[in-house]
Amino acid sequence: MADEVFLKLVGIKKSFGGVHALQGVDLEIRKGEIHCLAGENGCGKSTLIKAISGVHIPDEGSIRIDGEEMKNMKPMDAINRGIQVIYQDFAVFPNLTVAENIALNGELKDGVKRVSWRQIHKVAAEAMARVGVKIDPDIRLERLSVANKQLVAICRAIMNDARLLILDEPTTALTAREVESLWDIIRSLKEKGIAIMIVNHKLDEIYQIADRLTILRNGSNISTGAISEYDQERFTKDMTGRDIVQQKYQPAENKEEVLKVENLTRQGSFENVSFTLYKGDVLGITGLLGSGRGEIGEALFGLAPAQSGKIWLNGKEISIQSVSDAIRNEIGYVPEDRLTQGLFMDRSIRDNTIAASIRSYLKRGKLDEREMEEATERWIREIDIKAPSTRPPVRTLSGGNAQKVVIAKWLNTDPKLFILDGPTVGVDIGAKAEIHSILHDLASRGIGIIVISDDLPELVQNCNRILVMKDGRPSGILDNSIDEVSLGKMLIGA
Amino acid sequence: MNNERRVSLALTSTPMILIYVMVVFCVIAAIRQPAFLSPATLINLCRAGIFTMCFAICEMVVIISGGIDVSFPAIGCVAMYVPMYMYNNGMGVDSVFFFFGVAILIGLAFGILNGVLVAILKLPPLIATLATSSVASGGLIMLLGTREFTTLPPSLDWLYSINLLTYTDPATGFKYPLTILFLVPVILCIVVALVLRYTMLGRGLYAIGGDKNAARVAGFNVKKLQFTAYIFCSVMASATAMMYTTLMHSSTTTALMGEEMIIIAACVVGGCRLTGGHGSVGGTILGVLLITLVQNNLNMLGVPTSWQIFAVGLVLLLGAVLSSIQAKRIEKLGKI
Repeated sequence: MADEVFLKLVGIKKSFGGVHALQGVDLEIRKGEIHCLAGENGCGKSTLIKAISGVHIPDEGSIRIDGEEMKNMKPMDAINRGIQVIYQDFAVFPNLTVAENIALNGELKDGVKRVSWRQIHKVAAEAMARVGVKIDPDIRLERLSVANKQLVAICRAIMNDARLLILDEPTTALTAREVESLWDIIRSLKEKGIAIMIVNHKLDEIYQIADRLTILRNGSNISTGAISEYDQERFTKDMTGRDIVQQKYQPAENKEEVLKVENLTRQGSFENVSFTLYKGDVLGITGLLGSGRGEIGEALFGLAPAQSGKIWLNGKEISIQSVSDAIRNEIGYVPEDRLTQGLFMDRSIRDNTIAASIRSYLKRGKLDEREMEEATERWIREIDIKAPSTRPPVRTLSGGNAQKVVIAKWLNTDPKLFILDGPTVGVDIGAKAEIHSILHDLASRGIGIIVISDDLPELVQNCNRILVMKDGRPSGILDNSIDEVSLGKMLIGA
Repeated sequence: MNNERRVSLALTSTPMILIYVMVVFCVIAAIRQPAFLSPATLINLCRAGIFTMCFAICEMVVIISGGIDVSFPAIGCVAMYVPMYMYNNGMGVDSVFFFFGVAILIGLAFGILNGVLVAILKLPPLIATLATSSVASGGLIMLLGTREFTTLPPSLDWLYSINLLTYTDPATGFKYPLTILFLVPVILCIVVALVLRYTMLGRGLYAIGGDKNAARVAGFNVKKLQFTAYIFCSVMASATAMMYTTLMHSSTTTALMGEEMIIIAACVVGGCRLTGGHGSVGGTILGVLLITLVQNNLNMLGVPTSWQIFAVGLVLLLGAVLSSIQAKRIEKLGKI
């Protein structure tokens, strides 16, 4: 059973106006297996999913479901064959109840005109029982966490007799514990013989869940195999096509203080946080959700100022009670949710780059267009933002490039201290490495860098010191000789 | 969530607070003016609320679907003016069916126009219906002038004279009739409530108001649903406008202009969200009741009528503050 092939793609090609999105992809999904699809942004993952789900019809190649050749497959054909895709936005209705979200689509497909609420509740209860989740069916979806919204989407997909469930980057917005319970559910679906394809590019997560892995690069499948055949090195090489040498960051010894914090306290968030940041240091702050890790960053940037404690920046004692205090003291901050807090998505790269430093371009009541343009071009070059010009709106950029624009925005203010919360969330491996090397470069120039993150491999690789927070209290400052596993144990206090 | 929390949430929900405000209003009015407790007040309230109620239900349907319609007063004016103009110029027959039929056809035409602008050309609904409003209102004045018809044709006069019931005040001998047309908003509310709750059409309107893209993926015909909402709004508003002519003995090119804001306000006070996807017939009824109560009975509280607009403003403020507090409270409960 496990080796029977459910879906087989051979030589799938698809171009959009001269751009070859897929250049001959082979893929085989077996019944009841968990198959991960990995690849950097722009490698053709989403085009491939759309070809499988009938949204795009391939230019060349064949798609076989259960051995039967599918010609000109439409979305409805794919659904009728049991292929269900859960996109990143889940396509759920925030204003409707859980029960309705689960049942409505199926009722609609059956051509039901009158809505029976009893039927809706019955369908929803059945779906939740099958998937093994318990959510109050009468609650509106806008009240649910991302993880639970995702579960609702999974319940809905299962209701339509799914045989292959495709999840597009399902873990990006989940906490570690939520990822765990998602994996449990995925495994129980696998037990029921449903094939699962997960798009993901975090190797540690792929190890936890996948049976087999396919890596896609530039529209071709580079390799496919059992998960045991891959180690970190091969994974990275197949993903990026180059060897990314992962070396722990170790700056030269330097006793010049950049930032010193003593007994920083904010009631209900964190207490008695003290640390010193020397020239060249990249300081990591980590901890579980709610441990106060993010709040320290917010306090240093004045978003939610500390109530007591002392802060020295470059030897001078400063007081930060508001964001404008922080900006006056030349502190930059990249928030965790850059899409809603750090960027104007519909404005150009240039407008975003100069957004925090716009005052310096105001000359005699007019903005100096040329200088703004030059500054933006300089940053595009310097930190290698992949964009044709300074004009395209940030919305059109990939996650990694968008994050670089946020970084450029603050670098353009010439900060003395730069705080980044989750700097590589939703960023692929290649861009991640570039962002890290930018941070190291900044640190060596004497800018204080604080990275707040729950990505343990990232912290161990890139921070030479790590402050661990637990329940609002610092539980230790480590150097980076620690490995991920013991760091993870320290987080949960084991 | 435990039951106590549930009850306390229900007792302080927006509809309950609207009811409390109305009760307080009535108690104060009854203390200051015992005459307020007379059935005549109720009949007056019902009469005064007919148009507001019908218009509010129309607007509510559009708001639920994620749009907004500010053109219904102008469309209503065209729909009340054109049939009367035709009749007074010897074109047309003296029949209730003629007057309401022409009004409804006019509403249908403008509803389709709004549908095309919003669903096909994808214009922002506010701008699209604002344009429709100006075109309708301006076109009417340009083509047919600005007369005022104050004599009803016999058929409409007959409709006017049918009453559901008449209350005679025993002290003064004044008669308070309640027109048969009061049944229109009553039936409309029942039908719309049932359609919204128990048909795929109704759930579809909520679905596209909640997330258009998700609705498309689920297989709803988004364009058709948008058309339905705008056409329903225009057609029903046109019929309501003809009722206005019948009951007020007046048909002018501007009689309803400016109504849209108070109607939208009534919807919002009653729990509709301008972002779409939220709203109910029950809530809208409460919103309309409160606004009608304040508009018509302020003098009972001993407040001069010149304060009316100010008082209605306060009601709106109350509604806005309520929904914002409610949103914050729900947010405080945290995600589940």
